[in-house]
Amino acid sequence: MGEITLNLLLLQAIAGVALGAIFVLLAIGLSLIFGMLGVVNFAHGAFFMVGAYAGVYFYGLSGNFWFSLVLVPLTVGVVGLAVERVLVRPLYGRGIDYPLLLTFGLSYVLVEAIRILFGVEGNPMGPPALLRGAVDIGVGHFPTYRLFLIGATAVIVAALWLFIEKTRFGLIIRAGAQDPEIVRILGIDISRVWLLIFALGIAIAGLSGILAAPTRAVTPEMGIPVLVESFVVTVVGGMGSLAGAVVAGLLVGIVYSMTSLFAPEFAEMSIFALMALVLLLRPQGLFGRTGLFG
Amino acid sequence: MRDAFDLVSRHRVAAVVLVLIAFPWVMPYEALAINILIFGLFAVGFNLLFGYTGMLSFGHAAFLGSGSYLAGIAIVHGGWPWYAAIAAGTLGAAVIGLLMGALAIRARGIYFSMVTLALAQCVYYLFYQADSWTGGENGLRGVRVNAIKVFGVELDFVHPMTKYYIVLAFVALALWFVSRVLASPFGAVIETVRENDRRAAACGYDVARTRLVVFVLSAAICGLAGTLRALHLSVVPIESLHYLTSGHAVMMCLLGGMGTFFGPFVGAAVFLYLEDVVTTWTKHWMLVVGVVFIVFVLFFPRGIWGSILHWARRREA
Repeated sequence: MGEITLNLLLLQAIAGVALGAIFVLLAIGLSLIFGMLGVVNFAHGAFFMVGAYAGVYFYGLSGNFWFSLVLVPLTVGVVGLAVERVLVRPLYGRGIDYPLLLTFGLSYVLVEAIRILFGVEGNPMGPPALLRGAVDIGVGHFPTYRLFLIGATAVIVAALWLFIEKTRFGLIIRAGAQDPEIVRILGIDISRVWLLIFALGIAIAGLSGILAAPTRAVTPEMGIPVLVESFVVTVVGGMGSLAGAVVAGLLVGIVYSMTSLFAPEFAEMSIFALMALVLLLRPQGLFGRTGLFG
Repeated sequence: MRDAFDLVSRHRVAAVVLVLIAFPWVMPYEALAINILIFGLFAVGFNLLFGYTGMLSFGHAAFLGSGSYLAGIAIVHGGWPWYAAIAAGTLGAAVIGLLMGALAIRARGIYFSMVTLALAQCVYYLFYQADSWTGGENGLRGVRVNAIKVFGVELDFVHPMTKYYIVLAFVALALWFVSRVLASPFGAVIETVRENDRRAAACGYDVARTRLVVFVLSAAICGLAGTLRALHLSVVPIESLHYLTSGHAVMMCLLGGMGTFFGPFVGAAVFLYLEDVVTTWTKHWMLVVGVVFIVFVLFFPRGIWGSILHWARRREA
């Protein structure tokens, strides 16, 4: 390894932000579902993996990345709709562990279904022609696709924030996260809201899958480390907080990226050390539980 | 009928051990029976935490795996005798349990499952990276114990039936221990914490300490299962520490019946026997077990043994 310069550090930090962008999207999906439904989705990594596979498939079929980028979250979201309606809904009110166990079982089914459909071998997926190569960002050359990841995540987070803060449906979501009983008394069908939120969270997981696909190996098992990482982000940021998901996602990405520069063999462990530190100093997470989007 | 029922539940350890003594004779081959025995013990340790204390850990592979590795390292690198290796593995798993538990119980409620999963993954990377000790990706090879000497009698550990009954001796000891813990006043506190932790705290019990003690006991039992597995397989595969191995404990415990004494063995037997049968005609075992598990979560959350107990008690009433 050459000399460590400021430019190299900055490049590595930006690479961390790009990695963190995926964590942000995953954690937002988890937090949305938990904040509204009280369900810890253990199949989140599996849906991420399904999104990546759907991306490889649609991109290969159509040759159009942007079209696939729209189609994947829609497809995965529809699966989410079915899962909530058929499997998760009967478990409301039966204790918090049951939906967790159910989604855990579901992740086995999803992984094996993908193996049956696409085989056990990994599938490569390159970025679209427009986003190939690298651009000069002042401190050095940086892969265009990873810059795009950062931008895309920023757009998605901003759109979600507007949706939740500024629309009528967003108002219902915020109210439902506070007190579903009151929302129901006001004449709103909360179970329909839950259905849509579950699907939305799953769709975002699928979207992060296709977004991440060009940057890593697409295999049926790719969801397992992703599930662990998104849990770490959620614990660090605080469950059910949108701001927490964003800050913690980027923080975990940067910590990982920086450690892999100085001590690559400890890169995986560094994020657990961060989590342990947060648990010791602030067990409720950096952004605590101040409501769904506090 | 009621008397028979009472008799069995009063002498639950003896009843379970009797069943397990006869068990290898109905299994297709001994290696499967030994595997069921070891994973049954693993599920017993997990059940102590999940079934009796209500804490759903997704990181128990860390204890099975570290028990295996530490016992294996003691034998391969240290040249220790088998009993010292078993003690080292069990104690080592308990220490790792103490560290993990101290962190994990700080995370309240639903965070607990996520934190245990994450910390177990950390343990996985630790053992994976220390490849000069653990063999890394290839696992630790050469954990060879050919004979076990007890009070001057030499037992052949290569002979499968002998091996089964040696492992069973340790399992019986662990079961007796678990039964004593559950029957003690501390056992009553454990279940109080599960049912209502606030009320337990209001009654003056230290909820956090109770949880931590159970966590460490659970880790030690799973560690013991791990040491036995290392001796049985004579290798320690890296998969011992994998997330899916933690999932095995969860699935076996729920299939058998969480919070029941015999349930974990029923769960382990059904899980591993099913795996043995299903994998002969399809490689998509995960699909089958996933669907079976989902059906149990939705319709039979009491599990097989739990449902049988429930049904028997209702008939009595």
